[in-house]
Amino acid sequence: MGHEEHEHVVLPQHRHHFETEEQQREAGSFGMWLFLLTEIMFFGGMFFSYLLYRNWYYPAFATASNTLNIWEGAINTAVLITSGFCMALGVYAAEVRKKGMLVTTLILTTVFGLIFLGIKYDEYHEKYELHHIPGNSFSVAQFVNPHAYGIQEEPLAPDMAQRTQIFFFLYFAMTGMHALHMIIGIALLLWLIKRAQRGDFTNGYVAPIENFGLYWHFVDIVWLFLFPLLYLINRHPLH
Amino acid sequence: MSAQTIVSLPDQSTAKMPKRHYINNEHGLLSWLLTGDHKRIAILYLISITFFFFIGGAFAGLIRLELLTPQSDLVAADTYNKFFTMHGIIMIFLFLVPSVPATLGNFLIPIMLGAKDLAFPKINLLSWYLYLAGGIFTLTALVLGGVDTGWTFTTPLSTHYLNTHVITTALGIFVAGFSSIFTGLNFIVTIHRMRCPGMTWFKMPLFVWSHYAASLLMVLGTPVLAIALVLVLLERLFGIGVFDPTKGGDPLLFQHLFWFYSHPAVYIMILPGMGVISEVIATFSRKRVFGYSAVAFSSVAIALFGFFVWEHHMFIMGVSNYSALVFSLLTMLVAVPSAIKVFNWSFTLQKGSITFETPMLYAFAFIGLFTIGGLTGVFLGALGMDIHLTETYFIVAHFHYVMVGGMLMAFLAGIHFWWPKMTGRMYPESLSKLSAVTSFIGFNLTFMPQFILGYLGMPRRYAAYPPEFQVLNVLSTAGATVLGVGFLLPLLYLGWSLKYGAIAGNNPWQATGLEWQIQSPPPTENFLETPIMDHEAYDYEWLANKTKHEVTTVG
Repeated sequence: MGHEEHEHVVLPQHRHHFETEEQQREAGSFGMWLFLLTEIMFFGGMFFSYLLYRNWYYPAFATASNTLNIWEGAINTAVLITSGFCMALGVYAAEVRKKGMLVTTLILTTVFGLIFLGIKYDEYHEKYELHHIPGNSFSVAQFVNPHAYGIQEEPLAPDMAQRTQIFFFLYFAMTGMHALHMIIGIALLLWLIKRAQRGDFTNGYVAPIENFGLYWHFVDIVWLFLFPLLYLINRHPLH
Repeated sequence: MSAQTIVSLPDQSTAKMPKRHYINNEHGLLSWLLTGDHKRIAILYLISITFFFFIGGAFAGLIRLELLTPQSDLVAADTYNKFFTMHGIIMIFLFLVPSVPATLGNFLIPIMLGAKDLAFPKINLLSWYLYLAGGIFTLTALVLGGVDTGWTFTTPLSTHYLNTHVITTALGIFVAGFSSIFTGLNFIVTIHRMRCPGMTWFKMPLFVWSHYAASLLMVLGTPVLAIALVLVLLERLFGIGVFDPTKGGDPLLFQHLFWFYSHPAVYIMILPGMGVISEVIATFSRKRVFGYSAVAFSSVAIALFGFFVWEHHMFIMGVSNYSALVFSLLTMLVAVPSAIKVFNWSFTLQKGSITFETPMLYAFAFIGLFTIGGLTGVFLGALGMDIHLTETYFIVAHFHYVMVGGMLMAFLAGIHFWWPKMTGRMYPESLSKLSAVTSFIGFNLTFMPQFILGYLGMPRRYAAYPPEFQVLNVLSTAGATVLGVGFLLPLLYLGWSLKYGAIAGNNPWQATGLEWQIQSPPPTENFLETPIMDHEAYDYEWLANKTKHEVTTVG
């Protein structure tokens, strides 16, 4: 915005109540950061519960977490980081006003997001088949008598085995909330792609892309905490 | 000075209603329902909040009517449980939490900062719709047969044992919570980024400071309530034992999550009220608020301490002695910044030229009642006293002194104070003073006996009680009737004033805030030119010079 004539060009996205575009951009970005702070508090309640119960029912949590599919979890971590990388490229593309690159990176971000959700669906389906979804059909047979299922784990006492239900509840609550954030993110991405194709974000008005980028990276980061907490702690090779 | 095109008219008799203002700028219902104007959204909130206040008040009336006699004869005990639950839920989540921020805060914060609007007008409108959706969910639960968990949704009672409409109600509160988060977010961004030239942090009115502190609480606390309610809903739907001790869960976990929000929520409710009182006291004693920065910082201190006291709600629930001791101490600490405010208001009044306009009467009521509520809070923070008094009517009296005696009085003070600005018209003076006095007397008659009842051991949340408590209960119910009249009166005369009230003029109270330097009601964009804040907050010398200057230049 160095040139005099540029300063008089009012972009269609400029809202009437802001004095300057700079003010609008700062306000939007600050608002996004604050929103992410509320998200941290939101997930914080679940992390707090998880750590509390993990400490409390340690054997149940260790055994139950060993049944999670570490490969799918690990691949998903890679997929999500790749999608975050694409998003970061997208923000760069918007800033240097490359429309084609922006659209491509946004589409790639979406595709990797969808792959993540697909793998997540497969994991959920596996839990369904093992009767590990909390509720009336929840079964602890695999934890009480692992050898009958061909699993080389120490059997859990029946009352401790019941506590695995709390693990799976928190697993579904946390990954489910995370997946919900992904779904909302993908819906927003589709809308951003449509607008990016019109050239809305390659004319100097990059705030929506930047702010969405923050959101998407936040979703990445939550997963980067979920993956070790749920899948990795106390992971040991099956004998 | 030169940038202002605003002209103050000190002589009210010559005041005229401006031709164009935010109310008549656009016409039709749709122009209101789709508006982005913070002032119109404030009015939408005011109408809906008033609606919920009177529904919640009706339940209060039913509760007091039931308690007129020792037997549970008006309604059965389970219906009574639904009454106090709906009273609590509606009053706390749909009235007290949004009342001052969503109406007065929404209306005034941009104007006080010299901005044209809040930073995110669409999100502001969205938060009204979320509030409304939350309210409708809650009312739906009511129509379907009510909910009887108490407003605290205590688990495992709410998740496993009560077969009422917990899910609908909790969803309603969840949705309304987002309204609160978005309002807080909008305020914080606006205060950080939308201040006009010259409006430094320490030139901001204390009203804005208190909203800033309350917004921090909304943004940090409400998500935790949201997740606690989500866990309750999931536990109820799937029967998992996160909170149910028979399944290995921990009801204390729910208490921690719930009170981590709900204690700070008390300050979400009271802080904006304190902001109103600072404005009113400064205006009607015509002095700068004594210790301006102490009052400003004490708001932030209350917000910070507010996050470290939640466990005092759990003293008798099996928490460890050591944590109870620590939280007892922390609870008493929070009284310090509150006391700073009360002392500073008192010093402001000292040697001020005080006039007793209606808002000032409400402000005096606030100071008196809030002080009683705050001091009894110290009793309850003391571990030993708490064990004797908890879950008795002493608690009920204590939080009503803070919430009703404090917050509601502040809300009424604020509504009366800014009514001329919001509507451009004055309300009938003698009637409004009468209603202020009536509600003060009615309030004390209602809740003072409850302190005694609680001290004598009458538990809360029971429809029946031993006959020896009846005299005090009859007094309390009589007081509630007087209080009801005190609350209905403003509804009538404020409604009347919309059409017949005298024209207010720009600055009927001769106050110094930026909002009083523009026309009443304000134009849609608030300021025709960006204002420049060239004086301290509450600078009455500046106002006197300005008025003199304008009289000479205009005349």
